[in-house]
Amino acid sequence: MADLRALSVSQQVGLLFVVLFGLLGIVTIVAFGKSLRDLTAEQTALRERFARELRALWTAAVVFWIAWVSGPIGSTLLFGFVSFLTLRELVSLTHTRRADHRSLLLAFFVVLPLQYVLVGMRLINAFTVFIPVYVFFAIPVISALANDPFRFLERTAKIQWGVTVTVYGLSHAPALLLLDLPRYRERGAFLVFFLVFVVVAAQVGEEIASRRLRRRPVARAISRSFSWPAFGVGVGVAALVGLLLDWITPFAPLASIAMGAIAGAAGMLGQFVMQALKRDAGVRSATGALSVTGAVGLLDRLAPLCFAAPVFFHAVRGYFGI
Amino acid sequence: MTLPEAAGLGLAFIARLITGAQGHWHGSTPKAEQRIYFANHQSHFDWVLIWAALPHDLRAATRPIAARDYWTKTPFKHWLTREVFNAVYVARQRGSDGAAADEDPLEPLMEALRHGDSLVIFPEGTRGNAADPAPFKSGLYALAQAFPEVPLVPAWIDNVQRVMPKGEVVPVPILCTVVFGPPIALAPAEERRAFLDRARSAVIALRDVA
Repeated sequence: MADLRALSVSQQVGLLFVVLFGLLGIVTIVAFGKSLRDLTAEQTALRERFARELRALWTAAVVFWIAWVSGPIGSTLLFGFVSFLTLRELVSLTHTRRADHRSLLLAFFVVLPLQYVLVGMRLINAFTVFIPVYVFFAIPVISALANDPFRFLERTAKIQWGVTVTVYGLSHAPALLLLDLPRYRERGAFLVFFLVFVVVAAQVGEEIASRRLRRRPVARAISRSFSWPAFGVGVGVAALVGLLLDWITPFAPLASIAMGAIAGAAGMLGQFVMQALKRDAGVRSATGALSVTGAVGLLDRLAPLCFAAPVFFHAVRGYFGI
Repeated sequence: MTLPEAAGLGLAFIARLITGAQGHWHGSTPKAEQRIYFANHQSHFDWVLIWAALPHDLRAATRPIAARDYWTKTPFKHWLTREVFNAVYVARQRGSDGAAADEDPLEPLMEALRHGDSLVIFPEGTRGNAADPAPFKSGLYALAQAFPEVPLVPAWIDNVQRVMPKGEVVPVPILCTVVFGPPIALAPAEERRAFLDRARSAVIALRDVA
């Protein structure tokens, strides 16, 4: 531990990524070794699903690594691009009308870049109010100018909501990277890592618990697996992982537990909400077979982060009173 | 790499960025053989979408049909259709824009097929915005008759009308798919209308696959 503290910040972050990629590498090699054996059809399906998740994890890890290596501008651009893809997927899944064209153009080509520019320039106050205040005002105006009253509230609400989740929510991840905390300069990568790790741990914990416990789902029409006991297990796992990762955070141990629990809970509930949206759009399974144009699975994977990042971001700011 | 090649790659990249341009192959495979692709037509974007959904190797040998009067009007349009897309120019009306009065409007298409090129055609003839495609025009039948050995591959383009509605110039990023289906062929002694209706339902059938 003393040796670790002697390293410079960037060396510590680098070490973090070495450990992360090492773990992923080991899991991949083990999975590859197991895949060489003869398998039943069911096992093969399971294995394929696992391989797909593992690929997604690799992609995510590489994205975060590039985000860290490329500095503020690079990470802002990168997350902006991911945001673009996610918003594209969300808009594809919702029904929009011809009159929404200009509002959508505004969302994609003005709001999205501007939000990430504000993040990149570390204008924390501006970027936290830009979408909830100014865009909230601008989108209905543009939509009304299109001269189509049909389901007006529904249509503008959808666009506002989509922008809030995929642009506003996700932009808090690079904002964490750039957040300057007292006695914690240039260590934003640790915070993002903490957030992602805690959110993923909560998901995994919930998934395993819901399989083992087999409790009655809270909302069967939306999710067959989401139940309060499983949710509780997820929060518990997130809190525990938060405590275990305490050493990379600027928080006191108790605060790490609380932050982990908050982020984990927000992530799971975000995932739950996204399932409701997908049911509405008519996507039968969350991953796997594509049943409508537009479902490529990015939204599924990023939804927990989109919902957890702003909550976590403001919890951190609240903790430090900045 | 020449400028048209670079422009082609750039355009395909933009099309993919905006629409995803996912090509799904059900019942046919992306293969380097001579084919006639025929699809529903809802937007100016349709051709670019099909073209971007095709694997890179097939793009050079797959040609669109362009109206000569419109697409040769300015040097840029002419360059884009001639150099980048290698379009087959057709006259919209018999005897217009310098074409001989007795020239068959399908003759340039036949010429391209004799050269071994693949074609993409939109047999509705014009862009529609109804849920179902309009009845097919007879050009497809004439081509199928003249080239019975060329497979006719139906394609369904989904979602593209949302990308760029009529009258707008900037596309909104929305995911689109192109579903390619099993090839059909003209049956011996099949009647014109029956064949065209069969071709149209082959396209519509792919909507549910997408």
